[in-house]
Amino acid sequence: MTGKIHLNYVIPGDDFTRAGEASGEVKKKLKQMGVSPEAVRKVAISMYEGEINMVIHANGGTIDVDISTTDITIVLKDNGPGIKDVALAMQAGYSTAPDKVRALGFGAGMGLPNMKKYSDNLIIDTKLGYGTTVTIVVKIG
Amino acid sequence: MTVGELLSGNDYIVISKGKEATITGVYCCDLLSIAMSHMESGMAWVTVMANRNTLAVAQLADAGCVILAEGVTLDEESVRKAQEENITVLASEKPIFETALAIYEKL
Repeated sequence: MTGKIHLNYVIPGDDFTRAGEASGEVKKKLKQMGVSPEAVRKVAISMYEGEINMVIHANGGTIDVDISTTDITIVLKDNGPGIKDVALAMQAGYSTAPDKVRALGFGAGMGLPNMKKYSDNLIIDTKLGYGTTVTIVVKIG
Repeated sequence: MTVGELLSGNDYIVISKGKEATITGVYCCDLLSIAMSHMESGMAWVTVMANRNTLAVAQLADAGCVILAEGVTLDEESVRKAQEENITVLASEKPIFETALAIYEKL
């Protein structure tokens, strides 16, 4: 692979029928490119969790994916309410997902913990009332 | 055991016939984040959570197939999505444990 590949997605809010489509497309793209299954799995899980969080909590947002020869960088940006207590949100099992979302199988409180577990670097930049930008880096190889 | 061999027993209602795959194990969970994190590639995923998000997780986690237990099923739009994504989705009237055990005993 030569050069960088850039992908951009606009994620609609509160639409659970389309949630995960962007992550699915990126996964397929990475598989086609011959990226290792381990890196593909890490990207698929961490990006999906970020995408779902946007849909549940932030009325959607944008996702930018940059694929280089050494790593995959995923930037998820929203204009949602922000995360009040990041340390608490990082705790496995902690969730503020509403009941209607839990009924769909979400709300296990594993979103951010999974993003941490399945990335090589996770940066959360959040401000209450303004939004959240999450940057996930997964190394290739 | 392959997905095709699983189907040949006629023990399930076939909702969507997708890609052929070797079933590597059985996994049971209805919470999507936990399933996605812990299910290994190729596993038969037994759940009662039947919606488009189940399919997204199955695709992202490379599930060998999805088996809906307790008689639950997918809506028509989700069936189309499963077919588009080449995901095998089966249905069983039996509870999750019995459904999973029957597959485990065939592995």
